[in-house]
Amino acid sequence: MIVEHDDLQSKLNIGQDEDIKQFLTFFMADEEYGVDILTVQEIRSWEEITEIPNSPDFVKGVINLRGTIVPIIDLRLRFGLPAVTYGPLTVVIVLKVKLESTCKIMGIVVDAVSDVYSIAEHEAKAVPHLSDSDNTQFVAGLVNVGEKMVALLDLQKTMDI
Amino acid sequence: MSIDLSQFFEVFFEESFEGLDAMEAELLNLVPGEEDLETINTIFRAAHSIKGGSGTFGFSAVADFTHVLETLLDQIREGARTLTAEHVNLLLKSVDCLRALLRTLQAEQQPDLTEADELRVKFEEILGMRSKSKVVQQQTVSNETNIKNTFQIDFKPHHHLFKTGNEPLYMISELAELGELETQAFQDDVPDITNLAPEDCFLSWRFFLTTDKEQSCIEEIFEWVEDDADIAITLCGGLFGDEEITTTETATAVVEQKKEVEPIPVKPTTDTKKPVPVKATTANAESTSIRVGIDKVDSLINMVGELVITQAMLSQLGEQEITEATIASLQEGLAQLAHNTRDLQENVMRIRMLPISFVFSRFPRLVRDISQKLDKQVELKLLGEQTELDKTVMEKLSDPMVHLVRNSLDHGLETVDKRVAAGKDPVGTVTLNAFHQGGNIVIEIMDDGQGLNTQKIREKAIKNGLISENDDLNDNEINELIFLPGFSTADQVSDLSGRGVGMDVVRRNIEALSGSVEVASAPGVGSTFTIRLPLTLAILDGQLVKVAQHTYIIPLISIIESLQIDISKVSRVGKDLDVLRLRDEYIPILRLYNIFNHKGAIETLDRTLLVVVESDNQKVGLLVDDLLSQQQVVIKSLEANYQKVDGVSGATILGDGRVSLIIDISGLIKLSGLRKPGSQELIIESKANLEAS
Repeated sequence: MIVEHDDLQSKLNIGQDEDIKQFLTFFMADEEYGVDILTVQEIRSWEEITEIPNSPDFVKGVINLRGTIVPIIDLRLRFGLPAVTYGPLTVVIVLKVKLESTCKIMGIVVDAVSDVYSIAEHEAKAVPHLSDSDNTQFVAGLVNVGEKMVALLDLQKTMDI
Repeated sequence: MSIDLSQFFEVFFEESFEGLDAMEAELLNLVPGEEDLETINTIFRAAHSIKGGSGTFGFSAVADFTHVLETLLDQIREGARTLTAEHVNLLLKSVDCLRALLRTLQAEQQPDLTEADELRVKFEEILGMRSKSKVVQQQTVSNETNIKNTFQIDFKPHHHLFKTGNEPLYMISELAELGELETQAFQDDVPDITNLAPEDCFLSWRFFLTTDKEQSCIEEIFEWVEDDADIAITLCGGLFGDEEITTTETATAVVEQKKEVEPIPVKPTTDTKKPVPVKATTANAESTSIRVGIDKVDSLINMVGELVITQAMLSQLGEQEITEATIASLQEGLAQLAHNTRDLQENVMRIRMLPISFVFSRFPRLVRDISQKLDKQVELKLLGEQTELDKTVMEKLSDPMVHLVRNSLDHGLETVDKRVAAGKDPVGTVTLNAFHQGGNIVIEIMDDGQGLNTQKIREKAIKNGLISENDDLNDNEINELIFLPGFSTADQVSDLSGRGVGMDVVRRNIEALSGSVEVASAPGVGSTFTIRLPLTLAILDGQLVKVAQHTYIIPLISIIESLQIDISKVSRVGKDLDVLRLRDEYIPILRLYNIFNHKGAIETLDRTLLVVVESDNQKVGLLVDDLLSQQQVVIKSLEANYQKVDGVSGATILGDGRVSLIIDISGLIKLSGLRKPGSQELIIESKANLEAS
């Protein structure tokens, strides 16, 4: 994968560095998703959490992130994927998301963190609109990295709860 | 020896505003005809120091304006003039005008002097009307412009002159403005460089002033330093033309003689008139500073001292080998540390606490102005002015209170005729009362007016579609309607502006401070608005409770008692509401695990713990699994990164780093579906929703 990554980076770096962004990718149900790396605050392992009563099922609760109360969202449940039991490898990616006028810090629970890719934004293709699935609204675009497809998340939509 | 005066501007403004507040307060106390000399003196002193300060700092517009004001006050003080209501009104207007002037100066803008000039003309009219002094003086000036006198002025400041904020240079410049000035400085008293205290004044001066002005003009310049210097003014010539010349010559000679030993140049007058560089200040600078009593600071310093000692002790223990004995003293030290920290925290919080008189003090003026405008007679009573309240809470409290008081005056109190007709005292009373109750501050705004007109409110609410015609509401519920948003929009309850205007805003503002506002009213007797607010917004004492595996915090102030349920006193009302008979009351039991949807909690009532809490005058019992410790918690916002959660007012971080949620009692009662009091019955309405969620 590292070879691929390097290959890609060298390929991408030729000529067009203006709109290249780095994306952190992670796996969920064997699919790879990406978020702008600049929004990532830190990656933590799953830890004990305080539940919020009467909240939607995908909001797992809140944690103490050095004195700040940060809500944690299970992305699988948010996307309507089947839930899995959390293990020692379950990770929480803490993101800083711009919502309207404010910045909110939230964590997302994913299966595993994958890699960092440099991706030119203009390479992203629009998501084919399928009316029977409402999950497509969370995806801003699709890009090909080597043989794989990575779905770039629309964080504003994902985090707007 | 030039001092950057701009560094004192902020202090000057702050003191001037305080002075103006004092003037305003005292003016409101003045009753023409029976004025108290001490009151007038206070006003005079305030005006005088504003004049002095503004003169020193080069705000001549303010100084000139204050001067006329002061002249009038001086005459009243000396009994040369009797105080009239017109004077008081004019003085109050000038206080406003001065305040506006100072605000613009503070914001480093050019002040608009039209209002000041108008007022000044009025003052001068008054002064010129009856007192001849001004006229005489003017005549003297016009008649005797050619006659010049020479005064010898011996000015020997005391050593501490600079410390009182006075600058001889400015006085000298001012003297120079009066006429031709010759100056001698004596530096005989200046000690060795080794003994020289740079902040003391060792110089003294002798001036020869040839002027067409009167001696009083000179005295005025030295007025502020009278107590800080020896001043002697003697007329030494000038009544005859030739003598004047000789004196001047002598003076010049003396000056020349002294020139080589006189290192301090007397700057020309123009120098002081150049714009003084103004320190950059923001317009809202005043709200960012806080005045703290020195005793509070002292006690803080003491506590920090103790904290340092404890810390030293602990680190010493940490270096030793750990044995049984050291563990014991370590624990002792930690207890000491906890004690110190708590004291320190309490004291730091106390710094932010100010007496509520800061808010109350603006009301006498407000009431006076409004009652004049409405032609009503009103007496304002202020109670509990020393009740302390967090500064941020206080700032946000001011506007809602102004609104409520204005409403009371406008619509609560009747006109004199109506009051007399109703057999009441023609003077209406508005009472502001503040007091502490538990961890809350309660502010009551009472009037003895006509009370809310429930009939009109009801009609209005029906018209606006807030209630339907068939709704059977009691008076309390009808009165509550004035706080609804839809109530204030369209045409008004009364002819003027109607009670209920912006009441929703009042309620919203107060609820934003996690407080509440209620109204109680009796027709013909009056109405009372009660505002309840937490003393501070940052920290609360909490009782940790366990529900299933979750820890929640109940604010200690809302807890009345905790008890074990005696099942024989529980009875079931309706489908699934249990009530506990506690002495003479029936307390509905709220099952926290049910409301919060937690599984695995104790569900049987017998011998289970119940925390009885009160909110909005309603008592409920919260069923919990266990009572844990009590501790102070720092309130953290859930909304910052998430959103408002019903039944939860915020979160906090416990000692072990875990997050715990703080229960919002009134939100919880709403969430549980128990209806608020008003209608005495308790109705389960959203139980179905709850179970669905």
